[in-house]
Amino acid sequence: MGKGSRTKVSTAQNFQLSTSESSSDHFTSSAMKVEQEGPAKKQRYVSKRREDDPGWKEEEPPYYFLFTTYLSYLVLICFGHLRDFFGKRFLSKNYKHLKEQNGYAPLNSDFDNFYVRRLKLRINDCFNRPVTGVPGRKITLLERETKDYCKTFQLTGTKRDCLNLSSYNYLGFAQSQGPCADAVEQTVRKYGISTCSPRNEVGTSNLHLQVESLVAKFVGKPAAMLISMGYATNSTTIPALASKGCLIISDELNHSSIVFGSRLAGAFIRVFKHNNMTDLESLLKECISQGQPRTHRPWKKILLIVEGLYSMEGSICNLPKIIELKKKYKFYLYVDEAHSIGALGPHGRGVCDYYGIDPNEVDILMGTLTKSFGAAGGYIAADKNIINHLRLTNHATIYAESMTPIVLQQIYTSMSIIMGEDGTNEGQERLERLAFNSRYLSTNLRRLGFIVYGDRDSPIIPLLLFNPAKIPAFSRECLKRNLAVVVVAYPATPMISSRARFCISAAHTKEDIDEILKICNEIGDILQLKLSSNKIRYTIEEVLRDGENNL
Amino acid sequence: METAYPPLNELFVFLNTTITQISIFYSHIPGSGILLKYIKNSHQNDPFRTILELLLVFFAIIYLFTKKYRTDNLIELTPQEVEELVDEWQPEPLVPQLSDEENEFDKIPVINGPQGPRVKLVNGKPLLNISSFDFLGLLSHDSIKEKAIKTLREYGVGSCGPPGFYGTVDVHTEIERKISDFLGTEDTIIYSQGFSTINSAIPSFCKRGDIIVADEGCNFSIQKGLQISRSIIKWYKHNNMEDLERVLRKIKDEDIETGRRLTRRFIVSEGLFENYGDITPLPNLIELKKKFKYRLILDESLSFGTLGKRGAGLTDYFDIDPNQVDMIVGSMCYSIASSGGFCSGSFEITEHQRISGPAYCYSASLPAMLTVAATESLKLLKQNPLLLSTLKFNTLLFKQLLHNIKYLLLNGSADSPVIHLRIDEGIVRVGDIEDKEKCLQDIVDEAMNNGVLLTRAKYNRTQELFSIEPSIRICISASFNKKEIEKTASVIKSAATKVLKNRVH
Repeated sequence: MGKGSRTKVSTAQNFQLSTSESSSDHFTSSAMKVEQEGPAKKQRYVSKRREDDPGWKEEEPPYYFLFTTYLSYLVLICFGHLRDFFGKRFLSKNYKHLKEQNGYAPLNSDFDNFYVRRLKLRINDCFNRPVTGVPGRKITLLERETKDYCKTFQLTGTKRDCLNLSSYNYLGFAQSQGPCADAVEQTVRKYGISTCSPRNEVGTSNLHLQVESLVAKFVGKPAAMLISMGYATNSTTIPALASKGCLIISDELNHSSIVFGSRLAGAFIRVFKHNNMTDLESLLKECISQGQPRTHRPWKKILLIVEGLYSMEGSICNLPKIIELKKKYKFYLYVDEAHSIGALGPHGRGVCDYYGIDPNEVDILMGTLTKSFGAAGGYIAADKNIINHLRLTNHATIYAESMTPIVLQQIYTSMSIIMGEDGTNEGQERLERLAFNSRYLSTNLRRLGFIVYGDRDSPIIPLLLFNPAKIPAFSRECLKRNLAVVVVAYPATPMISSRARFCISAAHTKEDIDEILKICNEIGDILQLKLSSNKIRYTIEEVLRDGENNL
Repeated sequence: METAYPPLNELFVFLNTTITQISIFYSHIPGSGILLKYIKNSHQNDPFRTILELLLVFFAIIYLFTKKYRTDNLIELTPQEVEELVDEWQPEPLVPQLSDEENEFDKIPVINGPQGPRVKLVNGKPLLNISSFDFLGLLSHDSIKEKAIKTLREYGVGSCGPPGFYGTVDVHTEIERKISDFLGTEDTIIYSQGFSTINSAIPSFCKRGDIIVADEGCNFSIQKGLQISRSIIKWYKHNNMEDLERVLRKIKDEDIETGRRLTRRFIVSEGLFENYGDITPLPNLIELKKKFKYRLILDESLSFGTLGKRGAGLTDYFDIDPNQVDMIVGSMCYSIASSGGFCSGSFEITEHQRISGPAYCYSASLPAMLTVAATESLKLLKQNPLLLSTLKFNTLLFKQLLHNIKYLLLNGSADSPVIHLRIDEGIVRVGDIEDKEKCLQDIVDEAMNNGVLLTRAKYNRTQELFSIEPSIRICISASFNKKEIEKTASVIKSAATKVLKNRVH
């Protein structure tokens, strides 16, 4: 893993190397590894684990902000209860849906609904924003207004073009023009829209087989299968792998689809602390030595499920250590590459590629095709006998609709481009641009003094907001400056660490990212978001001038 | 104080001064008055009360210092023993070795080119496809293709985000409105896979402690939705309203007996059963639901677009106000010939799912092209009542042609375009389920040789809750002409005769 800290060739055109190294004492250019490659100079960034990578750590804000965050929630909750108290007495018709009505229990229980009713409702304008057009570099929002404090929204009929930091369009394949769209158009004419049958009945076409073998080749596994929905890929496959008497060990921050699938499997589930290998090892020791609860019989098998790149944290799983543990503890490894496939690794082949690990070390590689490939659905890649077993037992291949031809074509074309099979260098360029963009934005946000979670190479960059009032404020301020961002709060994150999540794309240019940095800097000052304890801070001018150095 | 023993006297003096000093010191500590007052108040000249308080404090201290209570009975092991156990442990293989199941694998037909009523296999053989759920024959409609291409040029393919995070595209809102208008409900919510719709809609409402009464014939997706909800689940015999009433009454009796609090109650059924091809008696179901105060979840995946005067499903078929059904769940990958699913009902029902439906919140939304294709199909369905009458005609014709078929039984309601062909055990001698499946597969193969594509209904038999008799599932489509229907019927007849005639009792 991590051979050679970085391939960086020096350059011109898009990325300009700062020449005035002496003027910026913070950026020591001596650490840079610069290779000259002929007269045509080009700077390349590659998504690859470096030996000196500091890894990720979750930085705490100053105590004052921790305290005010808790206090804010306390005030919100007290105020909410106060409103409920008076509301239920004086405006009882508004609370009808929470009470028993002529023998029917309420659909929502009063208690469960409190958070949604009293906290989320206030900032509903930051979620479910309607859009139109291609979710590419820019996204077109349909503006809306509310007359009843975010209960309902009416479209105003106007549109707003925003820089898109929200879509999972890592490699920029969400396009309505270009080779993918052209190929899809031809496929629609030739194959039609849909298949109307499950894979195992009459819903298999030659396109499915073609794309499956391409996916297998791409991820480096002998066989692969496709499922028409990303969420269902996990939720229908895990029950086919584990059953009663098996143990599923799951990272605490695993995606909802994994939790859903594990619960359906009927296996025993244990959870370890996020990406914490010491905790995982002690859990493994305990589980194997103790066996099944009560009976103490040995487990039939243990399935460890981790994600390659965590969608809310931007952290990359510690795969080398997991592989090491796998050899000792003999568990089976299932890696969910929903976000990492296409987005990590020098060849875009996910977390194994990123660490330089042979994909055959992992038993099952799962990924979605919604994100980097601009399509929909998901895949499972594994050995041939595993895939054959899954084809016969996976719920989705037996009961659910098979993948549609248009989606298959989009996957085929975009994947061929990434692999360079179209004969151009476009795929490689997209990968390098994404690698540069991710590193450039996350490093410079840190330099500006923001608390940013996650790994340096992650295209998902969570910027921590903490105080609940800053959640809508950040989102609205960004919108004002034509920036579409996602803000996430409890229950998707721990109560204390609400955040804005940036998803970087290869479609963004360096100018876009500079714009983002400027906007964040401005909002960061207004909202007091620069809370990092790191003493070395840079001004926005310094960042814009020297930001590319020493990434 | 006078006593006979001077040394004791001194002791008393000493004690007295110390206590006075302590009490003076104590009164200087801020807040000490409150504690003293509390102790006095609680004591109330009753030493027993003070002892109780002391015991409580004592207990709290013990509780704080005892080890964490664990429900699992862990065995104490030395690190060395743990190492040994870890070394010894050998897991089972991740998946069992496939045996003859692999044969089944080769039997899955691979279609070369477009899916539709007339397909070509990879080996170039043209077949009549009477197995895919394309009831209205909209799969190969040109205007849908044109609309989809137009959408492609405006929206691209993927939506690249869940609905909550900039994945709500205007075309989604549009189809939600169109479906609500078509069904006559208040609002609709779109999911991106038909199979995952109901198994996400059910657990978003049903939690631990809620009671669900479900039909034993319900499809696999419903079963999984029920399993994940962790509610109390009671089953009633397939399509048997007396049994449903018995189950409901029993629950009511239990309620009175145990005095349990009122929780959410649901009845779950399918409109047109995927596994049986029969129609649920909706009027009776609604009557019972009202009588016992249950909410009704109806899976209309197959009935939507096939039954009723307008094709609006079971409520249309029985001419019932759709708002009587609390949740109508449907699929857009069958009649509507696109992809995805929907759940329709009141605003309260849909809004709640937008926050808590797992497959809605955590999955990318349906690609715009597929959404527009569905909208266009729905428009065509509304504009061409002929589609439905052709479907009805073809269904009746097919059933008429096969009504005197030997060896096989035709399962399914008269109006249902889904027909299950099952082996007539009164005439044919067959063994267990595996044997039956083999016979049916032989029929499928034989029909394929004669130009008709059939399929067995496939199940995950280890996970289905109730055993289902093996069958061949036929789906009639409006796109067949009379001749084609006659051909399929005769091919099926002769294939059945050829395979099963040697097995007659």
